[in-house]
Amino acid sequence: MYVAVKGGERAIENAHRLLAHERRGDRDIPELSLAQISEQLSLGVDRVMTEGSLYDRELAALAIKQARGDLIEAIFLVRAFRATLPRFGATEPVDTGAMQVRRRISSTFKDIPGGQVLGPTFDYTHRLLDPQLADGAAPDAPATGEASTGATPRVTDILGRDGLIEPSPPAEADVPVGDLTREPLSFPADRDLRLQNLARADEGFLLALGYSSQRGYGRNHPFAGEIRFGEVEVEFMAEDAGFAVPLGSVALTECQMVNQFKGSATQAPCFTRGYGLAFGQSERKTMSMALVDRTLRARELGEEVIAPAQDEEFVMSHSDNVQATGFVEHLKLPHYVDFQSELGLLRKLRKEFAVANEAPPMQEAAE
Amino acid sequence: MNAPAYNFAYLDEQTKRMIRRAILKAIAIPGYQVPFASREMPMPYGWGTGGVQVTAAILGPDDVLKVIDQGSDDTTNAISIRKFFGKTAGVATTTSTTDATVIQTRHRIPEAPLHAGQVLVYQVPIPEPLRFLEPRETETRRMHALGEYGLMHVKLYEDIARFGHIATSYAYPVKVNARYVMDPSPTPKFDNPKMDNCPALQLFGAGREKRIYAIPPHTDVVSLDFEDHPFTRYRFDAPCALCGAGDSYLDEIVTDDKGGRMFVCSDTDYCEQRQQAGHRGSESAAPHKERAHV
Repeated sequence: MYVAVKGGERAIENAHRLLAHERRGDRDIPELSLAQISEQLSLGVDRVMTEGSLYDRELAALAIKQARGDLIEAIFLVRAFRATLPRFGATEPVDTGAMQVRRRISSTFKDIPGGQVLGPTFDYTHRLLDPQLADGAAPDAPATGEASTGATPRVTDILGRDGLIEPSPPAEADVPVGDLTREPLSFPADRDLRLQNLARADEGFLLALGYSSQRGYGRNHPFAGEIRFGEVEVEFMAEDAGFAVPLGSVALTECQMVNQFKGSATQAPCFTRGYGLAFGQSERKTMSMALVDRTLRARELGEEVIAPAQDEEFVMSHSDNVQATGFVEHLKLPHYVDFQSELGLLRKLRKEFAVANEAPPMQEAAE
Repeated sequence: MNAPAYNFAYLDEQTKRMIRRAILKAIAIPGYQVPFASREMPMPYGWGTGGVQVTAAILGPDDVLKVIDQGSDDTTNAISIRKFFGKTAGVATTTSTTDATVIQTRHRIPEAPLHAGQVLVYQVPIPEPLRFLEPRETETRRMHALGEYGLMHVKLYEDIARFGHIATSYAYPVKVNARYVMDPSPTPKFDNPKMDNCPALQLFGAGREKRIYAIPPHTDVVSLDFEDHPFTRYRFDAPCALCGAGDSYLDEIVTDDKGGRMFVCSDTDYCEQRQQAGHRGSESAAPHKERAHV
């Protein structure tokens, strides 16, 4: 006998209760604190802040805890909260040249003013599982030294002095910064919106696209001109006061890729830029972003658009993991009605097929 | 910690104004897809965020809200959205099509005729009817601007050439106000005629794709077809097993693994109203009737 498809309300409530229970795990194991997540899973927090587009470590840690460590779900939680926040305006452009550098490397010059600063990095570690860490061994205290007071100018600025690389487009104070979370996106999109899209984009998606460009699908010969990670001051122009007010500082990773460009009839050959910027220490993300930023400039630089990584509509329409996961997972929702429609059509077509072929004895009987 | 505090119907007033402007533009240009700055909602994209944003923007404290998914008030997503507005807006909710002032729907148009003053809000996954013929937004917008719909007619013609029928059974394209070809959202084509000259306002929200479009009351909505292959509705040829209705769209319920199945109204409110009015089907658990053998 038919059991009505009902009782959904109770089922949802119970499912959510069970989810909360599962999230907590074995209650004999101490519960994770937000501080533990923020301190010990800090790169996960950085990713959630970056792709969630909200610089708040505590909320990002909460989101990771609530999402049971599913970072895309955590990003979604942060985004949904961010969407309800009022917008006061845009900050002054941050000066990454004045960054308090905690890590800074260039792969284009052996030595640079301010030096190569390795900082905390997985690079050159041997990826051997560490049983001592499993036992909770305390690590050695870090080596310390005198902090350098010297400036750490950006490598691209050094190249730019000789005109070897295209200049960074200057900030235009009168032109408002585009914001695709406040204005619907239309194509072709300007670079500010493309960069915003890439900054929010799924790290894995950008990684794959950047990788594809390295393997020849839209190749543009990149060098990691510089990657730097550290704290920068954020300032906001207070109209009433008439000057920029410091709001605090944020940790950022910036990657400037240096790419080949052959020049044209009107332009001397020079290097071109690909740019990546993310909250926290997010090197894979910023490097991938810089590669894709550069491939997406194909149109602007008169290159033939032949690869997915060069196609801004393809990249920008599919880069957002909150959008992508929602639409992929919506297939879990009931589709009885459309399916019924398709079933009806298919049965009709099969019936007509059977009649037309006058079903020989071996053929499967029509329904 | 920045403890969240939310506005009436969740969205802030600035966002609602932005959405209302898009809705007004959509009403002014029937069938035209108006881009809007869709927000992240607290439910996933593809689960009705466009419809939810439209509903949030038009909902007032006196409204009575009905939410259906697959025609039913009791499917999990319909319950989730109804509860969301019950919680964030505190509006009255109903399952009755006639009593509701705002009906948010996924994949169906109610069987009971809508009346003036009602708003039907559709959840739309892919607003662009030409999307599967041309993946590029830049191209499809140009095609709409020029009214260049030949590609769609060729697709429908190719269906006829291959299958003898137009092989689109849901999300069947329509022309609105003799101008824009529009995707009616994945409603079965059975529902298409209900959109034509409807006294209620029909609003369509696509959150992920950031588009809103509308059919104002009493607008011509024509399902695309050919003179020699006119548009036809599809309905499984059986009465509803619960209420005996012979005019409603039916869900197929598989009852065993031996080919047993029954057909019941997909619109649960319609079915219940009919049962209350004394209509009976072959499987009704009606007291005055022998219960069907299990």
